Amino acid sequence: MTTTARRLGPRISEWLMFYVLSIMVALLLSAILVEATGGDWRPVMNALLDGSLRKPGRWGETLGTAAPMLLVALGTIVSGKAGLINIGQEGQLLVGAAFATYFSFLIGGPGPLNVVLLLIFGAIGGALWAGVAALLKFWRNVPEVLSTLLLVTVGGQLVAYGLSQSWILLAPLADRGNRNQVSEQLADNNRLPHLEIFGNQIPLAVVISIVLAVIVGLVLSRTVWGFRLRMLGRNPRAAQRSGVAQTTYGASALMISGAFAGLAGAAMLAGGGFAFGNYQLVPGFSANIGWAGLLVALVAREKALVAIPVAFIFAGLRTGSSFVGATGVESKITEVIQGFLVLALLIPPAVMFLRDRRRARAVATGTV
Amino acid sequence: MTEFFDAMGQIFTSESTYTIGALFAGFLAFAASGEWVAERAGTLNISVEGMLLSGAFTSAMGYHVTGSTIVAMFAGIAGGLIVASVQAEMSHRLTADQFVVGLTLNILVLGLAAFLDNELEPVTKHAAKWSIPLLKDIPLIGEALFGQRWPFYVLYILLPVTWWIVFRTRWGLEVRSVGENPQSADVSGIDVNKRRRQSIYYAGFTSGLGGWFLIFGQIGVFEDSVVGGRGFIAIAAVIFGGWTLRGTIAGCIVFAGALSFRLSVQGVGYEVNTELLQSLPFIVTLLGMAIFAHRVRPPAALAQPFVRGLK
Repeated sequence: MTTTARRLGPRISEWLMFYVLSIMVALLLSAILVEATGGDWRPVMNALLDGSLRKPGRWGETLGTAAPMLLVALGTIVSGKAGLINIGQEGQLLVGAAFATYFSFLIGGPGPLNVVLLLIFGAIGGALWAGVAALLKFWRNVPEVLSTLLLVTVGGQLVAYGLSQSWILLAPLADRGNRNQVSEQLADNNRLPHLEIFGNQIPLAVVISIVLAVIVGLVLSRTVWGFRLRMLGRNPRAAQRSGVAQTTYGASALMISGAFAGLAGAAMLAGGGFAFGNYQLVPGFSANIGWAGLLVALVAREKALVAIPVAFIFAGLRTGSSFVGATGVESKITEVIQGFLVLALLIPPAVMFLRDRRRARAVATGTV
Repeated sequence: MTEFFDAMGQIFTSESTYTIGALFAGFLAFAASGEWVAERAGTLNISVEGMLLSGAFTSAMGYHVTGSTIVAMFAGIAGGLIVASVQAEMSHRLTADQFVVGLTLNILVLGLAAFLDNELEPVTKHAAKWSIPLLKDIPLIGEALFGQRWPFYVLYILLPVTWWIVFRTRWGLEVRSVGENPQSADVSGIDVNKRRRQSIYYAGFTSGLGGWFLIFGQIGVFEDSVVGGRGFIAIAAVIFGGWTLRGTIAGCIVFAGALSFRLSVQGVGYEVNTELLQSLPFIVTLLGMAIFAHRVRPPAALAQPFVRGLK
């Protein structure tokens, strides 16, 4: 018995070797691609490191980019644990940001309070947008995989429409010069403050997202609610029998995941600065952060704390990409690297799972 | 309001509405027919978007290099199959989650297409128009169905062949059985994951053709935004059609109507907000699924991975 248990247990060195190998292959493929199109991979690599870490002020920027990604990833982890596949974070994020913009100008309360309200309304907006998918799923049986995806496009167009109408989001003519489709700018006291550490500007969203990561991790692993959610994800039928209503728990998980995406959108808006524009909403404001956050959650294999370093790495690829252009290689290469990395990181756990299955069967049939 | 109805009347009596609609429906049908096979085998294959884009790009490259539309077609098929191979091998050999793989592939292919398009800049042009005599003189729909560029006519072969394979061959029966009850299929000696992989390859094949059709039959130039989420509409068409081929094609036509409506409305000079119009096909798709999705029965093992001994 003990030997079996040891044989089936985790083999850290094997895992590590597998992961390192996969990452190497992904990087190798990317390098080959760069070389094949007439570029040189070394300057690209250098530019990536300069842009994400080495040049002054850059790691603060990377942290600032990682924060919304982490928030999106946390939401994805919540819905993923419940066995629901929400892949519409990009839209939920944008709708959340639009809600935050709209209501912060509608209410216009005193500064600090308004920042909090803005974040809350962002979360509500994202939750409502995910709620549409939840409604379609549990009332009309539409797979959430598809509805959340389609709602990304619809959300994008609706926000663009809102930005073209002055009674919704469009800024008054005096404030926008001759630009179309921009919202008013958040007032100074409506912005999330930045911390300054070693010459790096770090938005408060970084702290918020890390605190939330710890909370999400604890809630999912240590509370009854979290346990029920995991049960629902692992075995919906058993969960239903023991009193976990799929409709209530599933819908709330989906809406919470939307709320995190919306919160990320609001934080991008109020945190502003380098990566996310000028404290105002424009079409395409979400800037693929939703997709990236989703990938972070997938790579972190639905573990909230693992998502923190993963988000940092993905954010590094993003902030690094702005330096890649100078090397003469199309900066889109970072998206390719990101895709290869994610695919490569899917392989080790799948292979290990299959090997464990095979060994378990061998043990069960007595051939070992 | 009368203005509105006038415009509607104009739209529905003009031949160009049907011609544009047929192009959109044809494009969706290429992707949806393969997707339908994959879903009958039990894979909700969301990488169809990536397959389409990959097929479009490789076919554009094929033409760029050789100048032959036929070579471009095979290049497009190869492009679809490459994406299909990653999806199939990773989700049904390695048991990685099919949605995770599909989503990652979509993002990867989009990045690759954007990157390679900028680096290689393929130059393409439309294929020739073939008008079928007599048939194309049918009022309203004649031009739409029989006066298109020739890649469109591939569809007239592909759809019956797809039906025949799924319903009249042993392979088709096995594919349907692994989508309904993989455990029983496994016990009766069918390699479940192999059939599923093969059905994904079929989806890659048709989607690759779809990408080729998009470039040479419809748009004429490659950009990284050519597919633009329509792969997902093709998936919705399968659900809308209740996992029957007939219904799937009907879904393609309905959603294509919504896609082409935008162009038709602007064609008759009726002013509607662009953003709202652009989201129309997606809203129609969502509504279509909301109305029909709970009335139909999906393949019983749809989106459930199969590992022997695990239920």
